[in-house]
Amino acid sequence: MNATVISLFLIIVGITLAITYFAAKRTNTASEFYTAGGGLTGWQNGLAIAGDYLSAASFLGIAGAIALFGFDGFFFSIGYLVAYLVVLFIVAEPLRNLGKYTLADMINARFQAKKVRGTAALSSITIVIFYMIAQLVGAGALIQLLFGIEYWMAVLLVGIMMTIYVIFGGMTATSWVQIIKAVLLMVGTVIISFLVFSRFDFNLFQMFSEMQSATPLGADYLNPGARYTVGLDTISLMIALVLGTAGLPHILMRFFTVRDAKTARSSVMWATWIVGIFYVLTIFLGFGAAAFVGREAIISENPAGNMAAPLLAQVLGGDLLFSFVAAVAFATILAVVAGLVLSGASAFAHDIYGQIIKKGKITEKEQMLAARYASLGVSIFSILLALFAQNLNVAFLVSLAFCVAASANLPVIIFTIYWKKFNTTGAMAGMLTGLISSLILVILSPNVFSPEGTAMITGDPIFPLTNPALVSVPLGFIGAVIGTLVSSKQEDTKKYAEVKVKADTGYRETL
Amino acid sequence: MTNRVQKSSQKQQKVQDFEKIARSSKYLELTKAKKRFLVPSVIIFFSLYLLFPILTSYTTFLNTPAIGVISWTWLYALSLFIMTWVLVTIYMKRAAVFDKMAEEVLKENGVEGGQDL
Repeated sequence: MNATVISLFLIIVGITLAITYFAAKRTNTASEFYTAGGGLTGWQNGLAIAGDYLSAASFLGIAGAIALFGFDGFFFSIGYLVAYLVVLFIVAEPLRNLGKYTLADMINARFQAKKVRGTAALSSITIVIFYMIAQLVGAGALIQLLFGIEYWMAVLLVGIMMTIYVIFGGMTATSWVQIIKAVLLMVGTVIISFLVFSRFDFNLFQMFSEMQSATPLGADYLNPGARYTVGLDTISLMIALVLGTAGLPHILMRFFTVRDAKTARSSVMWATWIVGIFYVLTIFLGFGAAAFVGREAIISENPAGNMAAPLLAQVLGGDLLFSFVAAVAFATILAVVAGLVLSGASAFAHDIYGQIIKKGKITEKEQMLAARYASLGVSIFSILLALFAQNLNVAFLVSLAFCVAASANLPVIIFTIYWKKFNTTGAMAGMLTGLISSLILVILSPNVFSPEGTAMITGDPIFPLTNPALVSVPLGFIGAVIGTLVSSKQEDTKKYAEVKVKADTGYRETL
Repeated sequence: MTNRVQKSSQKQQKVQDFEKIARSSKYLELTKAKKRFLVPSVIIFFSLYLLFPILTSYTTFLNTPAIGVISWTWLYALSLFIMTWVLVTIYMKRAAVFDKMAEEVLKENGVEGGQDL
């Protein structure tokens, strides 16, 4: 296709592969494979979290959503940012103080039942798969656009690359790729925002007043309601976004890549600042694309608006900026996908294989090997699914992942740390209720059923909301409560005291 | 209820009695202070956050211009950003205090608070 694009693209990809190679040389233990040996500093991990978080959905998706729908697109930015308060205030430190490698480990600190561990691993894997398919579909579309190759080839290409990353590097490689990518992403976004702002003479009021007439929506562009017309749906979406982050396994895993709770806390702080600034800049990305690329051009490339940001880069900075942005977007997706594969693989290898099947009798080496095989398995499975998912809406899949995380994982995390009476039955009931209710409600929603035939099945949706969080999150909490109260299991007060004290004080046994 | 003995260092003479720690005065001070900070903060930010889509979905008064052409909706949205940054900063400061209190707890109970993996 285009020589500039391809060469710049290959350079960035080459750099990330080099990092993987060097990281691979330093990865020898299971600890290092899963959690980068626990040695990242606060700001490094903060950047890595930000990198993980600012995935295709944030950079490509939100820019497109704001470009096409104005304020309604910005709801995502708000939700994604405030979510960090939920993480920081409620989950980050207790998690770090209790856990080892995975979410299931953390819950296991209190409930030593295999069933709980298995269910937690199951819900984590479900979330990871949805999130992953979304990223792969986005990546496929991007590569298809850039290189003009077939969708299936694009997905395969991305899939193979990510497999290489994870199998050889583990968490260390993905952490450093995330860090570098986060920096590049911020640089690219700042450049584009600067160029957009300059076109409005660096005048905020001028920008807003011109946007009132820059799109077919007219003045309504600046007001909410262009896309989300059902009130409850917006509220439901906002609930999913703000609560989901605290339950996302691949984000939570990043707390284990630091030495202690203090560093975990500091890294969340760094991440919040970086991510916050980014989301403010999405206003410039969206407005710029709407004004300088135009609705027609955006939609013709991708009906959901996913290519708005790269197209804007091309308009503002020609081929150079375009290829830079495209390469960064690609690296973004690749790194996020690698992180997802890792958390899925660790749930499999560490929780299901290591603890349940092998009953904990497993050597470091065996666990490493299992992790690598699991990574391979997860990769292949997700590539296959993504091949069939070309027409699925990327945003739908990601918000579903958030909804499942908020409904299945979060209630259990909260009760494990804060509720004395909570028991294994409650944990299982909560996770299963949250998981199953959100899945069923999505299947019955307008995402799948559409009277005009624009979704998978033609017909009236049985459940009216596109995001079921409003219903499934309370159900998750209720399920956990009922499960606890109904069961005849005695609560282990000694165990709870231990969990609470450890979570609060950071006490650790010296080995 | 099974008596689970945690992996302890050879140097430690007894299994930690966490229930005892949980009853100690310094620990109770710590949890009380934490609750007094965390609970109101969470309620406040969650309410402010959730109020926003409720207002935009069911009313339109936020759409009136506030500064120039920029409406109250945008100002509310941006204030949620500021709220997040402010709360994070406050949290970091308070957490440092809680860290000290946690150390006191461990000292009061004659425990070495090992922080390393």
